[in-house]
Amino acid sequence: MPSLSYLLARLVQIIPTFLLVMVFIFLIVRLLPGDPAIAMAEAKATDAQIEQIRRNLGLDQPLPVQFVVFVKNTLTGDLGRSIMLKAPVTEVILARLPTTIFLALYSVVLAICLAGPLAFLAAARANGAADIAIRSVFQVGLSMPVFYIGLLLLTVLAAKLRLFPVGGYGTSFLDNLYHLILPALSVALYTSAIILRNLRASLIEVLDADYVQFARAKGLSPRIVMTRHVLRNAMVSTVTLLGLSIGNLMSGTLVTETVFAVPGVGRLMLEAIFARDYPLIQGLTLTFAVLVSVVFLLTDVVQSWLDPRLRQS
Amino acid sequence: MEKPVVLAVRDLRTEFGPAAHPLVAVDGVSFEVREGEILGLVGESGSGKSITLRSILGIVQPRGRVFGQILWKGRDLAALDETRLRAVRGREIAMIFQEPMSSLNPLLTVGLQIEENLLAHTDLDARARKARAVELLDMVGIPAARSRLGDYPHEFSGGMRQRVMIAIALASNPRLLLADEPTTALDVTIQDQILRLIQSLAEELGMAMILVTHDMAVVAETCDRVAVMYGGRLCETGETAAVIGDARHPYTLGLLRSIPRDVPPRTPLYSIPGAPPALSAMPAGCAFTARCPVAGSDCRDARPPLAALSGGRHVACHRLPEAAAFFSAREAAR
Repeated sequence: MPSLSYLLARLVQIIPTFLLVMVFIFLIVRLLPGDPAIAMAEAKATDAQIEQIRRNLGLDQPLPVQFVVFVKNTLTGDLGRSIMLKAPVTEVILARLPTTIFLALYSVVLAICLAGPLAFLAAARANGAADIAIRSVFQVGLSMPVFYIGLLLLTVLAAKLRLFPVGGYGTSFLDNLYHLILPALSVALYTSAIILRNLRASLIEVLDADYVQFARAKGLSPRIVMTRHVLRNAMVSTVTLLGLSIGNLMSGTLVTETVFAVPGVGRLMLEAIFARDYPLIQGLTLTFAVLVSVVFLLTDVVQSWLDPRLRQS
Repeated sequence: MEKPVVLAVRDLRTEFGPAAHPLVAVDGVSFEVREGEILGLVGESGSGKSITLRSILGIVQPRGRVFGQILWKGRDLAALDETRLRAVRGREIAMIFQEPMSSLNPLLTVGLQIEENLLAHTDLDARARKARAVELLDMVGIPAARSRLGDYPHEFSGGMRQRVMIAIALASNPRLLLADEPTTALDVTIQDQILRLIQSLAEELGMAMILVTHDMAVVAETCDRVAVMYGGRLCETGETAAVIGDARHPYTLGLLRSIPRDVPPRTPLYSIPGAPPALSAMPAGCAFTARCPVAGSDCRDARPPLAALSGGRHVACHRLPEAAAFFSAREAAR
C-alpha cells in the first residue's frame, strides 16, 4: 500500500492547483464582456438601482479585494446566489451533482466491462480474426463524437425500438440505471475504445514478458498467472489513461446531459452559460476542477498501489 | 557404474507459425540427462537452445507446437495435458532465465514470488512458507534474508536478482534445473560467483542440470557432458573433455578455434564466416552447409545423421576426415 506520507504529499500538491483554478475563474468571469449587474437587473431598472446591485455584489471594490473576498467565501462554501435560479449556488450544485457523478461512474463501469474482456480476447490471439473485428468496431466508436453516438442510440434504441427511455432521470437506483443507460452507454463506447486499444497493447506486451514466462515455468495455475502477473502489470498504464479519460468525461457531460435531458451539473453549466449566470458558472467551474482533481488523485493512489516503483515520494 | 537416466529427449521438434509452412526452431533433437549430471547445451543465439528448454517444460505452447518424446523418469511430458504438466513444472523440473532484470515481476515482493511457488507445490502453511523462503534466500547467499522478503525486485542488484531467481527455482527441491544462460546478462565478476553457486547447489542437492550457454569456457568449467546445437539441430555430443579436447564437427571446431587459447598476442583468431541461417531458410541437408569450410555438394541436400563414435560420442557430419584435415592444417600453419 502507498504510505501515508505519500498520500499527504500528494494532497498538498492539490493546493496550488486550486489556487490557480480560483485565479482563473475569478479573472475570466471579470474579463468577459457584459456587465453581470445589468444582467441581474430588471429591464427597466434605473442607473441607481444597477449601481446598488453592483455594490451588493462587491463589484465596486478593487480586483485584489474582490479576489480575497471570493477566496474567503469559496472556502466557507459560499459561492454566491444563482441569478437564473434565484437560489444559493452551493445548494443548486449539490442538488444536481449526484446525478452527474452517478452518470460518470455508470459509464466508467460500463466502459471497463466492455473493454476489459474484449481486450483479453483480442490480445489472446493478436492479429487473429476476433482481434481485427474488435479493433475495427471500436475504431469506428473512437472516430465518432460522443453526442453523435448518443443521437444514434437515441434514434435507434429509444425512438424506433422503444427499448429505453428517451431521457430524464429515475427515482430509485435501479430506475436510474434504466433511465441513464443510453447516455452512459454513449460515453462508455467512446471511453472503452480508448481503454481497449491501450489494454490490448499492454496485454500483448506483458503476455510476452520474461516474468510471465517465468511465472508459467514455476507451474502456477493459469488463473494466478493471469490475475497476479499479467493483468496487474497490464493495468498500470491503463489506469493512467482511465483517469485521464474520466477527467475528460467530466466536461463531456455538458453535451451528453443536454442530448439526453439529464438534470446534472453538465446541463446546468450550459444553461448557466446561456443565462450569463456568473456566480453559477464560477461555482460549476470550481466543481468540475474539484472533481477532476479528485479523479487524478485517486488515479495516482491506485497507480502507486499497483506499482511499488512509484511509491518513493 | 553409470547413474540412471532421468530425462530422455527423443526427436524433439518445435514449430511455430502456420502448420502448412512452419518455422522449425528445434528439429529432431535427442539427448539424455543422467541423475546429478550437468549437461551443457551450446550454440549461437537462435540455434534453438532456449526453445529446447522451454519445450521440455511445455511453456512454448500455445504459440509453439511440440512433437517427439520428452521422457521424464519414463513418463512422456510431451503427451501430458496442461494440468498434469503443471504438477511437474516448477516442482520436479525448474527453470531459471537469462535476464534477471526482467524475469522477476516488478510489482510483487520477492517474498511473495518465492511463496507462490511453495503454495503451488507444497503443503506448507503460511508460517512454514515464510520460514522456507528465508532459508532459500539464505542458501543462495542473500545477506539479511529475513528482512528482504518484503522488498521488491527493483531494490536488488542484477546479481542479487539472479540469486533470487535461483532461490525461486529451487523452492520445491526440483530434480532437474534448466538454466537458460543464467550468467550472460551479468558482470564478469558476478558471472563466476553465480556459476559457482549453481554448480555447488546442484552438487549439494543432487540435482541434474541442463546449462544453456554460448560460452565454451563456461562449459569447460562446469559441465559433465556437452551437446552442441546449430540451426535447431544437434551437431555433436559427448563428454566435455572429449568434445573440447578432440572436437570433430566443423562447427564445434570453429567455435573452439575462435576462443583464444595458449596463443601469443596479436594472433588472428579463427572466425566462423557468415551468420546462422534464418528459420525460414533452413537447407534440407546440414544446417551448417553455408558456413562450413569443408562442405560439399551432398551436404546441402542430405541431412547427416547423428552417428555414434567411440566413447559415447555422437557427431552429425558427412565430412569428418576433411574437417579434421582442414583444422589440423590450420594449426600446423601457425
